[in-house]
Amino acid sequence: MEYATARWVHFLRNVDFKGYHSSIKGRPRWRGYNRESCQMKYMCLIYGDEAKHPQPGTPEMGQLMQDYMAFTKDIQEKSVMVAGDPLQPVATATTVRVRGGKTDTTDGPFAETKEQLGGYYILECKDLDEAIAYAARIPTAASGSIEVRPIMVFD
Amino acid sequence: MTPASLEQTRAAIKGIAREEWGRVLASLVGQLRDLALAEDVLQDAVVAALGHWPRDGVPAQPRAWLLQTARRKAIDRLRRDANFQAKRAELAVLHELDRQAGQDDLDESIADERLRLIFTCCHPALAEAARVALTLRTLGGLATEEIARAFLVPEATMAQRLTRAKRKIKAAGIPYEVPEPDLWAERLGSVLSVIYLIFNEGYAATSGEAPTRGELCREAIRLGRILAQLVPEEPEAAGLLALMLLHDSRRVARSDAQGNLITLEQQDRARWDQGLIAAGARLLESALAQGSPGPYQIQAAISAIHAQAPSATATDWRQITLLYGELYALQPSPVVRLNAAVALSFAEGAEAALPTLAELERQGALASYQPFHAAHADTLRRAGRKTAAAKAYRQTLALTRNAAERRFLEGRLGDMLG
Repeated sequence: MEYATARWVHFLRNVDFKGYHSSIKGRPRWRGYNRESCQMKYMCLIYGDEAKHPQPGTPEMGQLMQDYMAFTKDIQEKSVMVAGDPLQPVATATTVRVRGGKTDTTDGPFAETKEQLGGYYILECKDLDEAIAYAARIPTAASGSIEVRPIMVFD
Repeated sequence: MTPASLEQTRAAIKGIAREEWGRVLASLVGQLRDLALAEDVLQDAVVAALGHWPRDGVPAQPRAWLLQTARRKAIDRLRRDANFQAKRAELAVLHELDRQAGQDDLDESIADERLRLIFTCCHPALAEAARVALTLRTLGGLATEEIARAFLVPEATMAQRLTRAKRKIKAAGIPYEVPEPDLWAERLGSVLSVIYLIFNEGYAATSGEAPTRGELCREAIRLGRILAQLVPEEPEAAGLLALMLLHDSRRVARSDAQGNLITLEQQDRARWDQGLIAAGARLLESALAQGSPGPYQIQAAISAIHAQAPSATATDWRQITLLYGELYALQPSPVVRLNAAVALSFAEGAEAALPTLAELERQGALASYQPFHAAHADTLRRAGRKTAAAKAYRQTLALTRNAAERRFLEGRLGDMLG
């Protein structure tokens, strides 16, 4: 079964994305000289302890899914969300390195850590404070942690 | 001009530049939206001032002169920029500002935007050491080399710390804004703690150390004064300033010629600065009158009671005990509880404080905190519990490295065994 070890954000897939992209295009943009007051994109990397993740079918899982759906709906309606996906558990990960022209493929993540990357959102915000405020509302922030990284823009 | 008087003039210009640095920089960041660029062009303007002012005299409006010169330097830099096309809109805005400025660009008409700058520099997304360095550099106008000396790190290390922080502000989009109401309390707390950290860094320095470290106290007080003026409705800002003034009143009395620390009760109270004590107390009174006490106001009140006591024995320990109780309600930490217990031991006798100290020992959070064991040992000694006191003195000695303090503690331990 695909969701044997369900991810805390897998229900993002169930959210209706229709109408989202049109809303982003129609949004007025500030076109001044001042690039930094334009919108910035932030990637919110969602880390949590897979071992402590609620099991499918439990009330805890139901609650978490509801929380994620409510959050996703809200950021879509506000045109803040650019993208967001859950990831399969870290047991499904493959690490690839190329050394001296030779591809080295190994099972699992690069490093053993207590928290694993389980999903992400890309948000469009006016500044870091706004991004932090949204990151704090990601349900996993209450048990795991969210790494907020600006997406690099090439001039 | 003789070389000596030129030197004097240059020193005076540097003094003006340092005084105006924070305000001019804050205005420039508002116009350029780039802290690193703003700092570079302001530095250029100061260099230009060192060239022009000795010849032409100090302008009537030095702040406006520096701002206008720096803005023109920015225009030059942006024109030279390889990415000229992308900067055209920016240049147009700067030219417009430059045109508007014209003749009536007066010091007083330049809005004070330092509050925005200080919130940016003290943003919690920056590492604490970076917040401290940035605040001193941008608001205080200290040179990188001066900050490095004060924090006992190589200049290259400090330069890198500042560069990284500025890069993060730009890349991560740390706002140049006064925070929204829901973030205000948290962010103001971060600003206050950065200023207090700067003060404590200077306060921890003893007379033997580099004099620039002690200068940090004066710099923190200057920043505290600026902040208190910028947010007059925040009594904690005034409370912090009062606390720093009251501590600073004892600075020269708290170490001897060899740099050894002298405890509060053994200090020569005639060496306390009465002017600073009076100023701190006045400020604290008007802060408390706003009816919204916080940790800094309470700590300032405790410091004021010590400062106004004629002698260590004639200190109002009862009031200090109550104030530590108030502080504990706001900041429930074991160290505050320890301080409350010590105050109680002086207010009502050593015996009264022993249950709290025993409980703190059981909890273990202060197990490796030397001042806990020192206070515990002293309280047990005063309560006449020689065996328990001897044990506590041994624990204190195990955590004490200072030779003078070890001699003192060994003497006390001997008394308990005798």
